[in-house]
Amino acid sequence: MAEAFQFELVSPEKLLMSEAVEQVVVPGSEGDFAILKGHAPVMSTLKPGVVEIQINDKDQTRIFVRGGFAEAGPDRLTILAEKAIPLDELDADALTQEIQNAEEDVNDAKSDEVRDKAQTQLDRLKELQVSL
Amino acid sequence: MPSLKDLRNRIASVKATQKITKAMQMVAAAKLRRAQSAAEAARPYAERMDDVLANLATALGGQDGASPLMVGTGRDDVHLLVICSSERGLCGGFNTSIVRLAKTRIRELQTAGKKVKILCVGKKGHDQLKREFATMIIDVVDLREIKRVGFENAQAIGTQVLDLFENGEFDVCTLFYARFQSIISQIPTDLQIVPASPPEAGGDASDSNSAYEYEPDESEILADLLPRNVSVQIFRALLENAASEQGARMSAMDNATRNAGEMIDGLTLQYNRSRQAQITKELIEIISGAEAL
Repeated sequence: MAEAFQFELVSPEKLLMSEAVEQVVVPGSEGDFAILKGHAPVMSTLKPGVVEIQINDKDQTRIFVRGGFAEAGPDRLTILAEKAIPLDELDADALTQEIQNAEEDVNDAKSDEVRDKAQTQLDRLKELQVSL
Repeated sequence: MPSLKDLRNRIASVKATQKITKAMQMVAAAKLRRAQSAAEAARPYAERMDDVLANLATALGGQDGASPLMVGTGRDDVHLLVICSSERGLCGGFNTSIVRLAKTRIRELQTAGKKVKILCVGKKGHDQLKREFATMIIDVVDLREIKRVGFENAQAIGTQVLDLFENGEFDVCTLFYARFQSIISQIPTDLQIVPASPPEAGGDASDSNSAYEYEPDESEILADLLPRNVSVQIFRALLENAASEQGARMSAMDNATRNAGEMIDGLTLQYNRSRQAQITKELIEIISGAEAL
């Protein structure tokens, strides 16, 4: 059994989760990574994806986040998510809506750089839709 | 001297008004509770954001090529004032006090020879400002349709501000809103959001000194974080403003209800006196009539 550490998930609107957990898999923009207790301090941006939270041996929660930011220390992990929806509340419609928004972002983009970013988001969302 | 009927009508009308103000006060109290909890729920995010920014600012401290959102454009010729006010009236001096603070600032900037642009959020502030500064107002954000301010609304305003900044439309951006202190006191506040006023370095020294690994690198994270910070600050201001508005309305309506009560008391007294006077008069007339016979 892994040791527990403090995990917080906050969105601009509210504090979604604040409890002791064993392991969290974070969808970092450079690739997914798992955080356990005693992790070296790291800061990473997030891509749209699923945060997997292992609360203890039995309980697991999966939460969809749309972009954001993670800050980890030896005994805590804070995720600042732009938007966070528990996976069981996320249905196909909501995701389709997200994809539509992302497509609009791509079309509205003024510079290549912004378009690139929006495109990556879109691709990632589509991937997610397939995997669900 | 108003007739008895006139007095009766007036009492009835004041009573009706009192009922309305009383109802409005209770509605404001319920809304205030909701607005307050929304403002409280948003606090952790903004606090974490400040922490992270402080950490990054220390990590990147004094480096060249930092984002203009952080260090500014190096000029302060054009000022953008984002003025948050309410959509509805009947909330006492709420809008007036925000607008007064903004006006003082505008005059200061004008005497210093700076150019001022105004972005109004909310109808009431715009109504007051357009009398004097119509030419400076570049846009009005209408939140009337929105029952509860969401992060999307703040983000929309944030994006607009950032677009203007990227196009070089302004150098310094200041946000005006009323900070909620208590039901009877809301403090009009100005907050500079571009360039970001340096968040105070975390009180926990070991925290800010710990060597973070950055993924991707610091400047990219900062580039991602700073625009978001603008939206977060605006969101926080909107929420504080919503709570303040309801607080101001609640105390304004409480006053109105009390004033109506006093007025009713006064009018009732007057009504009873003139009724008694009339009865006395009639009696005298009858008695003197009987005596004459």
